[in-house]
Amino acid sequence: MPNFQVSVVIENKPGISDPEGDTILNDLVLKAKNTNITKIHSGTILKFSIAEKNEKSAKDKVIKICDELRIYNPLVSKVTATAEKV
Amino acid sequence: MKISKIKACHQEIKFIPRNQRQIVKVGVIVFPGSNCDRDMYHVLTDVFKLKAEFFWHEKNLPKNIDAVVLPGGFSYGDRLRAGVIAAHSPIISDVKKLSEKGIPILGVCNGFQILVESGLLPGVLLKNESLNFMCEWTNLIVNNNKTPFTRKLKINQKIPIPIANGEGRYFVDNKTLSQLKKNNQIVFSYENKVNGSISQIAGVCNSDENVVGMMPHPERASEKEINPIDHKPSSLIFESLIESVGMKN
Repeated sequence: MPNFQVSVVIENKPGISDPEGDTILNDLVLKAKNTNITKIHSGTILKFSIAEKNEKSAKDKVIKICDELRIYNPLVSKVTATAEKV
Repeated sequence: MKISKIKACHQEIKFIPRNQRQIVKVGVIVFPGSNCDRDMYHVLTDVFKLKAEFFWHEKNLPKNIDAVVLPGGFSYGDRLRAGVIAAHSPIISDVKKLSEKGIPILGVCNGFQILVESGLLPGVLLKNESLNFMCEWTNLIVNNNKTPFTRKLKINQKIPIPIANGEGRYFVDNKTLSQLKKNNQIVFSYENKVNGSISQIAGVCNSDENVVGMMPHPERASEKEINPIDHKPSSLIFESLIESVGMKN
């Protein structure tokens, strides 16, 4: 079976305050006069290496693991996953 | 001067032999990274004369236990999210079974985080608004005095107590918040805005009121030697447990 790397990005749902993103924006990026930046979202990235038959099944399997083991908290976070063959 | 004060404090501590302590068995669960387990054990046994026993997170809990405490610390180094990995420990299934039987269960700080991540309590604990690890004294206000840990406290009673956490900002969605208020599940709130917790919530309970989680540390505030303000309100948390279990037995 081919190997895939599935990248899972965990970030806050809209409406959940993100003090880390706000701090990076207000105290670093905007202070450096990058005034065209309006928002920064912080998050966590996890990269899963997995042997699966195709990209879709690799992605589905990893999302299932994330759901079952509460790797992200669905109350406040959302996940997006992308898979690539390695 | 300082040395004599310390000596005076030590002279006041009376250690009761273990076999003369009250027969109320409290299980203190130890996870990899727990660091308030010994403090909790000391307060339960030496201050409140309870029988306490440590239980490693991979072990089972006995069925005849009277209460369970999940102490504070940094289980699994707070990796991924505080409490989430410990929430998958084998012992948590026993904690869930005991909670269904109405056994009093208290989670303090990381113990609270583990209880929410295991689904025993609603909500989630996010990073503090300041993003700082906060270690300071604060005042709690009692909102629910029907739980096994608050029955000797009065509504709106003030509890001077320390907090020590980086992820203590309690959050629930608006629908759940309404349910918590309606069901009287908010047990403690902060007197002042501390860390951005929704409705300044510091502690909640389940709908049966036997599982309580709180971010502040009552085990660090229940002895006069270490509480510079007033140790009695925090003491009532443990005295409530004694009364609750005593009444049940």
